[in-house]
Amino acid sequence: MSQSAEAVKLTRKDFVSDQDVRWCPGCGDYAILAQVQKVMPELGIPREKIVFVSGIGCSSRFPYYMNTYGFHTIHGRAPAIAAGLKMARPDLSVWIVTGDGDGLSIGGNHLIHALRRNLDVNILLFNNEIYGLTKGQYSPTSRMGQVTKSSPQGVIDAPFDAAALALGAGATFVSRTVDVAQKHLQNVLHRAAAHRGTSFVEILQNCPIFNDGAFNDVTEGDGAVQHQLMLEHGQPMVFGPEEARKAIVMGPSMRPEVVAADSVDPAQILVHDETNDAISFFLCSLRWRGVTGGPGAFPVPMGVLRGVDEPVYDDLVVKEAEDLVSKRGAGDFDKLFASGDTWVVN
Amino acid sequence: MGVASTVSTGSKPVKEVSTVVIRFAGDSGDGMQLTGTQFTNESALAGNDIATFPDFPAEIRAPAGTLAGVSGFQLNFSSERIFTPGDQPDVLVVMNPAALAVNLEDLVDGGSLIVDTDAFTKSNLRKAGYDGDPLEDTSLNQRVRVFPIPVTKLTQQALADLNLPNKTVVRCKNFFALGLCSWLYHRPIDSTLDWIRQKFGKSEALVEANTRAFQTGWNYGETTEIFASSYQVRAAEIEPGTYTNMTGNKALAFGLMAAAAKADTQLFYGSYPITPASDILHELSDHKNFGVTTFQAEDEIAAVGAALGASFAGSVGVTGTSGPGVSLKGETLGLAVMVELPLVCVNIQRGGPSTGLPTKTEQSDLLQALYGRHGECPMAVIAASSPTDCFDAAFEAVRVAVKYMTPVMLLSDGYLANGSKPWNIPNYADLPEIPAKYWTNDVGFHPYLRDEDTLSRPWVVPGTPGLEHRIGGLEKDYDSGNISYLPTNHEKMTRVRAAKISGIADELDAPEIAGADSGDALIVGWGSTYGSIAAATTQLLDEGKKVGHLHLRWLNPLPNGLDEIFARYRHIIVPELNFGQLVRVLRDRYLVDAVPVSQVRGQPFKVQQLAARISTILEGSK
Repeated sequence: MSQSAEAVKLTRKDFVSDQDVRWCPGCGDYAILAQVQKVMPELGIPREKIVFVSGIGCSSRFPYYMNTYGFHTIHGRAPAIAAGLKMARPDLSVWIVTGDGDGLSIGGNHLIHALRRNLDVNILLFNNEIYGLTKGQYSPTSRMGQVTKSSPQGVIDAPFDAAALALGAGATFVSRTVDVAQKHLQNVLHRAAAHRGTSFVEILQNCPIFNDGAFNDVTEGDGAVQHQLMLEHGQPMVFGPEEARKAIVMGPSMRPEVVAADSVDPAQILVHDETNDAISFFLCSLRWRGVTGGPGAFPVPMGVLRGVDEPVYDDLVVKEAEDLVSKRGAGDFDKLFASGDTWVVN
Repeated sequence: MGVASTVSTGSKPVKEVSTVVIRFAGDSGDGMQLTGTQFTNESALAGNDIATFPDFPAEIRAPAGTLAGVSGFQLNFSSERIFTPGDQPDVLVVMNPAALAVNLEDLVDGGSLIVDTDAFTKSNLRKAGYDGDPLEDTSLNQRVRVFPIPVTKLTQQALADLNLPNKTVVRCKNFFALGLCSWLYHRPIDSTLDWIRQKFGKSEALVEANTRAFQTGWNYGETTEIFASSYQVRAAEIEPGTYTNMTGNKALAFGLMAAAAKADTQLFYGSYPITPASDILHELSDHKNFGVTTFQAEDEIAAVGAALGASFAGSVGVTGTSGPGVSLKGETLGLAVMVELPLVCVNIQRGGPSTGLPTKTEQSDLLQALYGRHGECPMAVIAASSPTDCFDAAFEAVRVAVKYMTPVMLLSDGYLANGSKPWNIPNYADLPEIPAKYWTNDVGFHPYLRDEDTLSRPWVVPGTPGLEHRIGGLEKDYDSGNISYLPTNHEKMTRVRAAKISGIADELDAPEIAGADSGDALIVGWGSTYGSIAAATTQLLDEGKKVGHLHLRWLNPLPNGLDEIFARYRHIIVPELNFGQLVRVLRDRYLVDAVPVSQVRGQPFKVQQLAARISTILEGSK
């Protein structure tokens, strides 16, 4: 989403509230908070015009730590509450902070409908594949077989892929980043802020207490190098260490294939196009995460999987009212009250 | 229908009567709601006092001719003041055997039964569960006056030269019935003829067909021997003004709109389709040039959530639903109590629990409104008492929500929602202003800073520089508005939230009592039973009983002074369309031996039955 950028000179400190941050030591949420507080002043939006809305869960404490307007609501309902807020005040910059339980389980319905309507808000979904605040039950993104407090014999529920779900719901902006990838996270936040329409940002986030290292295979050190496909619009899909670059090509029957980059004609390598639905869905079909955990057969697409311009819901709300005013004039209550059959009693 | 006098004008004698209850009944597809509505408009234009009650099935189109598919519309019209759509019809118009089977029992002894005999085919009789033709039953003819009329054939004959498909022709038969009844009661017919021209304007043939069916029915009454006389119901003495016939849901929508405008803010209505509340959404969604935003949400929870979000943003957030929806909204209503934002939750009650009787009326959500949330969660609750009172109750709900920064539950029900009464149209300029001020003062500000009088907190809308703050469902510190888990603070905040709501009582008008202000019994009601209780009270007073009627508008808080009033009567009798919900509240609060009069049949109280049950209580105590 974009804002008419007034020249407001704010710094990271302007966005730090006076509340003590109470996440567990080492929680990925700290890193995300730091980057959000860094990016906010760069958006050029007056602080009073920014609202953070959250549901319930560890991530949902977020608004208390941002020195903006904030509303810590109830479990799963942040997108619904933000919808009313944004429809009533389209001039506000609205940020929804949710998690894999809050957004994909109890609030799944609100999430998909927010995405299909394309309200001009930003959704930051912190995905740690576990319920943290309730102390360690499996979530809708937990891996099959994962042993948690509520699945002592292992999870038997198949997991959601958050980005694929968002794309399927019609999200006009779908992106993925990692809590510890400072620069990448900042860039994605900037892109999300600039997008008009619902911006969906999945942030792979580590829970050091109940699901420590869940994403290490693809986010840490050599794993990150080996397994992250950094998407850039108009650039070929290549990844991996310099000495062994790999590329994504389309195999027979539209099956994705990973090949050595120097083994194919460069023209065969798929080129990322954020505006091409076929590419976006293709990227979401890459099994980057094993259903039972660990890396999958494909790299994890990082960055903007989809970014298209579609009609924005709050624009349509405003336009509908404006059109009706031009057609009928501003509402006249006396005419309205007497618009049915009337009779006079003397 | 009491015959007052006989006058003779025109070709047949005209009898004057004061009050008539007429019911149109037929298959869902027979257009009975439309017929009833038009007859109501004609009666309003005749200057009568009127009250209507549509009664339609839950099925959109149940199989034609079946008992499940019967749709009815009842109108009470009178030269005197009336309170209800009437207990029993004096005139019953039935368009098929199923309609007869469902409605005959209600027709008063000696009443008139107008029947479309063409619909009494073997197949239709079987669908209605009749072995033979009930019209040939001598006991029927002894109990009521039967007017057997081949409505379908007469309509077909009249429209024969129009070369319309037979299906279209047969659909016009309701206008024959309307024309006949219009003749029978000397109704002014111009409005109906105008209405036909507007409604069917796109097709000249349909305008002609329906107009001709209407006139054929009218002429049939005038020229045939079957009706010996017609009837005149004179204009009632009604307070001067310009009137329109108003249903409860429409009045409620208008009240919300007017209140938001008088508060100089926007109205945001979040809703999910549900019977019998959907008409409010339909109405509001066509008035977006009034500063109204409507949001058909993905579910009930989103509907109230969006409304609360809009309130946070400075709009008047309203959500509308029926009982099952209120169950789903409970958690968000609790959040609204906790964050102290203005919000109105409209419950158009219906028969429950669960899906229950979705198109029928009941008052069984009072305890849900008062107590149906987790935690100590005080809710201001107001109930509308008539279709037109839905306007005033909605206006009042918004006023209190804004003034006290609180959710308000507004109770109506299916009977009020779909029923109608003449509305003395107010001048918008004469409606009171609602002072709603957004807080902008940053000196000593915190989000839970309280007004000393109302205990309400400041309404600070996002976008206000310098007052950035966070609210949420976690308990907040009384002095700073920050999160607090301190035991003493929680108790203090819980008490303050409760005191804020109970304090509303201090500005409420003293309760009015109709009838005796002391004596045998005080009849205490709330909501849509107003008309039935008012009429029953009048009847009991006429019988010499010293009874008063007190109708509660606010159910939480209750108005001050009830204990003193209760002490003036030997009995406190509480009629409700539930198993005794208000009566429990009164017993609990006042330690008074209040007696319930309960009914849960999906129908309003019948005045005679209510009066009789109250009499029994009074006599039983002698």
